[in-house]
Amino acid sequence: MNSSINSIASLKPSGRKLRQQRFERFVLVILAVIAASGVLITTGVVVALVGPTVDFFREVRIGEFLGSTRWYPLYEPPEFGVWPLVLGTFFIMLIAVIIAVPGGLAIAFFLAEYASPRTRRVLKPLLEILAGIPTVVFGFFALYFVSPNIAAKVWPIGEVGFYSGLAAGITVGLMILPMMTTLAEDAMSAVPRALVEGAYALGATKREVCTGAIFPAALSGIIAAAVIAMSRAIGETTIVLLAAGSDAVFSFNPGNPMQTMASFIGFAGLGDQPTDSTGYRTIFAVGSLLFVITFILNVISRRIVNRFREVYE
Amino acid sequence: MNTTVIDLRDTTSIRRRVKDSVFFGLLWLATLVAMLTLFVLITTTLVDTQGRLNFDLIRNFPSPFPQDAGIQSALFGSLWVVVTSGVVSLVLAIGSAIFLEEFSRSESWIYRLITVNIQTLAGVPSIVYGILGLAFVARGPLGWGFTVGTASAVLTMMVLPVMIVAAREALKAVPSSLREGSFALGATKWQTISKQVLPAATGGIATGSILGVSRALGESAPLILLGALAYVSSNPTGYASDYTVLPLLIFKYATEAQEEFQAVGASAIIVLLLLLVALNMLAIVIRDKTRKSW
Repeated sequence: MNSSINSIASLKPSGRKLRQQRFERFVLVILAVIAASGVLITTGVVVALVGPTVDFFREVRIGEFLGSTRWYPLYEPPEFGVWPLVLGTFFIMLIAVIIAVPGGLAIAFFLAEYASPRTRRVLKPLLEILAGIPTVVFGFFALYFVSPNIAAKVWPIGEVGFYSGLAAGITVGLMILPMMTTLAEDAMSAVPRALVEGAYALGATKREVCTGAIFPAALSGIIAAAVIAMSRAIGETTIVLLAAGSDAVFSFNPGNPMQTMASFIGFAGLGDQPTDSTGYRTIFAVGSLLFVITFILNVISRRIVNRFREVYE
Repeated sequence: MNTTVIDLRDTTSIRRRVKDSVFFGLLWLATLVAMLTLFVLITTTLVDTQGRLNFDLIRNFPSPFPQDAGIQSALFGSLWVVVTSGVVSLVLAIGSAIFLEEFSRSESWIYRLITVNIQTLAGVPSIVYGILGLAFVARGPLGWGFTVGTASAVLTMMVLPVMIVAAREALKAVPSSLREGSFALGATKWQTISKQVLPAATGGIATGSILGVSRALGESAPLILLGALAYVSSNPTGYASDYTVLPLLIFKYATEAQEEFQAVGASAIIVLLLLLVALNMLAIVIRDKTRKSW
């Protein structure tokens, strides 16, 4: 009897219950603040970039920034034509993508249709290890292996020196290869098995299933993956800084040293730039350009995925 | 009738089989290139160490003189920075993930804002975090200088998106029946989360966050801007200390003109890779120990 009266009484809001409710609300507020910290970081990135970038363009005419092909911002007298950096970024990205996109696709096809479960069990962890190797290790590899043993030997046009866009591009491509493989695999695993089995039932060979059934069905995901790979290649700093040298040469030959937007930022950071100098603000101007380009690529990739998602079912 | 038979024979023609073989060969070639990269990268680095991979490497401090150059302060610097950024980003990531997965509806504007924001952050090149750190943490409003604290803060921001994604996946994997059972027994929302959901998601969160920590351990680009590229001859004693980290010391040794530094750099790479392998083994062990089927 006594116990049932107690339980009825406890249904009314007691002091303990009110405390509990207040505590729950307090927890929710804390969590909301924590969740908002991510948004704060993005805001921070944008604010950090915008201020000094605006100052930069007060000192340097946009006409010079976009109209000149000479980039010597830390020299005296400085010159601020950004095209050598854009060209260097483009070439190194292009070389990397030429290696990583077809290579990643091929490995994904191999894993999806050709490899036995046992081969998969060996290959997948090895690819994960490759994906986990720090970029500075790849940079070292680029400098002391890829540059003398691969880049210097395969390039048909002119001499390839110790530092070259080619060595950096090849190594960046090898670095993003596992990521491209994983993303392509994800895209392919979204293709309904019935479609694949149907193709086999019609007498298609493994190659025809890959190129005729899986590839077209997974195309949107594959394109999205390729765009992410581009974005990663453009943003890569350490490998390029180590392997491509520090000269922003306006050249169409990747056998020459090259500087990308990202590697310029790293290079400028090597020397201590006084806070209130044009050299310091150059870091932010180039950083803004890099941020905007990678941001656009990531949005494009997301749009592609969202637009073509769940076509089957 | 006859023509059909000929057509069928034609589809298994030599040309088709040659194409199949060439295609298979290309797939093999790509796979081989990936595996060779890993193999060659590790073996050439091991060869490059030239006997410098010994206890003197760990005992000695970084130095511009190759014969007694070591990695001690970088090892401790990495430890300070990685542990700090790992712990802080883990707390922030779990908080964000609980807020998103347990407290908000996926249609609400705040859920979408934060989700899109995390995706954006995940795509930002790591060097841009260095710029953010330079503008706000090292100089500017916080003005912490080039210290352990600055590096930890920047790496925290950098690995946060990875950690949040991992924590959200882990929370999503906890079945809703567990929550409903807890509610049915009269538990409040927070009691349910802290006593049921979080313990059930521990394995997933731990695995994901160790991967985040490995990212922080291997990262070099943002710290180039934050003063880590120096020969630091003492271990950090606090968050206001000068610092260097393993990846940056490797970078420094790789760019030295004297050839002997190459051996020191290669040896430091092997130490870094061993640390990463140890972290990943830990992740695998935790994943296997806590694996549950609902």
